Amino acid sequence: MIHLIIHLAVLLILPPLLLGVIVKTKAWFAGRVGAPLLQPYYDIFKLMRRSLVLSTTTTWIFRAAPLVTVSTALLAGLLIPIGGGGAPLTFAGDLIFFAYLFGLARFFTASAALDTGSAFEGMGAAREVTFACLSEPALFFALLVLAKVSGSLSLTGMLLGTTGAGAAHATAPLVLISIGLFIVLLAETCRIPVDDPTTHLELTMIHEAMVLDHSGPLFGLILYGAAVKLLVLGTVLLRVVAPFTFGRAWLDWPLYLVEILGLAAVIGVVESIMARLQMRHVPYLLVGALLFCGFGFILLIR
Amino acid sequence: MSDARPQLARLANGKAVAYDTLPVLAAEDFRDAILGGVAAHQRVSALFGTASPVPGAVRLHVVLADDERNRLFAAATDVTGSEFASLTPACPQVHLFEREIAEQFGLRPVGHPWLKPVRYCRAWTGRDAWNRPADQPILPAVGDFYRVEGEQVHEVAVGPVHAGVIEPGHFRFQCHGEQVFHLEIALGYQHRGVEQALIGGPGARTLHVTETLAGDATVAHATTYSQVTEALAGCRTSPRAQALRAVALELERLANHIGDLGALAGDVGFLPTASFCGRIRGDFLNMTALLCGSRFGRGLVRPGGVGFDVDAGRLAELGRRLDAGLKDATVAIQLLWSTQSVMARFEEVGHLPRQVAADLGIVGPAARASGLERDIRHDQPSGMYCFSHAPVSTCEAGDVFSRAYVRWMEIQYAVAFIRNQLRSLPTGAPQAPIPALAPNHFAVALNEGWRGEVCHVAITDAQGRFSRYKVVDPSFHNWPGLAYALRNQEISDFPICNKSFNLSYCGHDL
Repeated sequence: MIHLIIHLAVLLILPPLLLGVIVKTKAWFAGRVGAPLLQPYYDIFKLMRRSLVLSTTTTWIFRAAPLVTVSTALLAGLLIPIGGGGAPLTFAGDLIFFAYLFGLARFFTASAALDTGSAFEGMGAAREVTFACLSEPALFFALLVLAKVSGSLSLTGMLLGTTGAGAAHATAPLVLISIGLFIVLLAETCRIPVDDPTTHLELTMIHEAMVLDHSGPLFGLILYGAAVKLLVLGTVLLRVVAPFTFGRAWLDWPLYLVEILGLAAVIGVVESIMARLQMRHVPYLLVGALLFCGFGFILLIR
Repeated sequence: MSDARPQLARLANGKAVAYDTLPVLAAEDFRDAILGGVAAHQRVSALFGTASPVPGAVRLHVVLADDERNRLFAAATDVTGSEFASLTPACPQVHLFEREIAEQFGLRPVGHPWLKPVRYCRAWTGRDAWNRPADQPILPAVGDFYRVEGEQVHEVAVGPVHAGVIEPGHFRFQCHGEQVFHLEIALGYQHRGVEQALIGGPGARTLHVTETLAGDATVAHATTYSQVTEALAGCRTSPRAQALRAVALELERLANHIGDLGALAGDVGFLPTASFCGRIRGDFLNMTALLCGSRFGRGLVRPGGVGFDVDAGRLAELGRRLDAGLKDATVAIQLLWSTQSVMARFEEVGHLPRQVAADLGIVGPAARASGLERDIRHDQPSGMYCFSHAPVSTCEAGDVFSRAYVRWMEIQYAVAFIRNQLRSLPTGAPQAPIPALAPNHFAVALNEGWRGEVCHVAITDAQGRFSRYKVVDPSFHNWPGLAYALRNQEISDFPICNKSFNLSYCGHDL
């Protein structure tokens, strides 16, 4: 019961802090003080209090998309084990459900973008779904590897079962899918080198372009949803990279917090030391992720 | 095509001639003079209309720059009626000038391939080249744009309101997926009527108007204006004033080039250089402020000399800050060239071939990046540049990287140039009295601002007042270059191509 409460609390409260850590890391590399760590919370609260401006061309899809984004991200967060214990919600085959929750969110976000009729948002939606075609199979191959290694078809079993007996021979595939998952994480959460979440240049945006017309509480939901997605995918990656637990909740939760904040700092470092890829080179990177995960699978079943 | 062509008046940068000596040619000769000059590697620095002494006519003037032989040529012609034969099909670099003449004087250049307004303002003569009704407002960028038809071709409109804090301009892309087939740029939102405001001058406001022609090129425009007035007044400035002007001009170049490199880094999401260059740009702006109290050099350059002298203490301080500034800038900018992900974004993007740059009459770092050796400091030197030379920095490729790297080379040369000046600053009064301007004279002054050639042409009336004051900002030459560089590029690369030119909207719109 306590584990469930902590799971929910972490899932609901922690995500914006990850954005704060990324921003702080980037500021440190740039020689600046940077915004406070809690700034994303202030931003989201500020947006929630604002009034809503809706374009007259939009329909209910435009308003529904941010709600779908947040709810799917939170639902996905209930399917994965956070901090050593099991997930609150688990059933055989929930990995498919997990992957397509993100697909559903993407469908609504892209539809809402097209709903506005803006050239920028149309371009953003086209880019997003094109790149998703490559990152989604990579995610699936990664999940297949985990399923094969752990012998389980639920996310809890998969993510907690990679340390058991018989996992030793799976080291190489797990290393490969870790790289692939990290690239998928960067692409799905719109970070450099795929997308630049801080740019103001509409022509270069991918995800940001799709939400240009959202304002006030709807935009606040989108920011929050993106942070939750970062936490969820980051947690999955961490379970693969560092599948250690102490077996005691009072040690596992602090360990998890250190790991996830460390991951945010790593993302901040990546964003600081490299430029964005040219748009036509983004698929090369994603195909690279697909190959890493695919080879991991081949290596495992050979 | 030798310079023995008798029909053109020979001028020098920063010198005035009596207006009578300017030959008024027949339309055919005028055309041949321009086409012949351009064929002999001359550039059209200015082509503009003015009222003619012949009733009912408009007088067109041309200023040709022969960079290879350090000469300027000028000629005029009278156009009667409401049209003249367009030169653009044979000489693309005059196309915006002809559109400007059409807009200002209602003269139709017959045969112009793309005759649209430049700044969307009323004609000075009341005769409209497009027969637009007089009772309806003329709004910028309203009208037809070049369109590509096709099933999968889509149009993207950007601006005039942009996401960043920049000037207004409208960009219309014809795209096929991510690929840009054509870009058309419509400006005019910043039109303030500067050229008309300068007629009847110089007055108390004239200097301030010229200082704000393009705010980031204050020193370049103020220096050029001062040289025009000094030429017309026969005033000799002291070497000290000339040296201080050159120092200020190079500081302006430094601040803007460093800011541009930082902005280029920011556009590809490369944070370290973007952040550091933003700060270092401020350091260089503060060096200009050390000279005159204004970060943009307002009030520093005045007709007759400079408004502020400099003492030994401030000279030493300037030298110290310059060394520190270059050290910081070197670290930040070298990071660009050594980071592969940045170079992958800069190289082979936004290609402007040498021949196209020459045909379009591109100037400044953009021309030099395409391999054209064009630098007013070298080709048509005036003031301190006659005695102290800055090497011409060129690259071959004409891509975003070349335009960035030319800036880096110029940063290093500019610092060396300023150090030289500070070491041996000549003596002399900072300011010389400026007598009344000579009546009925014609003067041209050119300077290499940080964006490229700044050209001012003044014609005085019988009272020694400006009857016409023509300003050609480098942006006027270079905007078509940006549009060309975008062809067959990805639309997501537009921001870095745009930043690699970094053109002025208000300098174009005047």
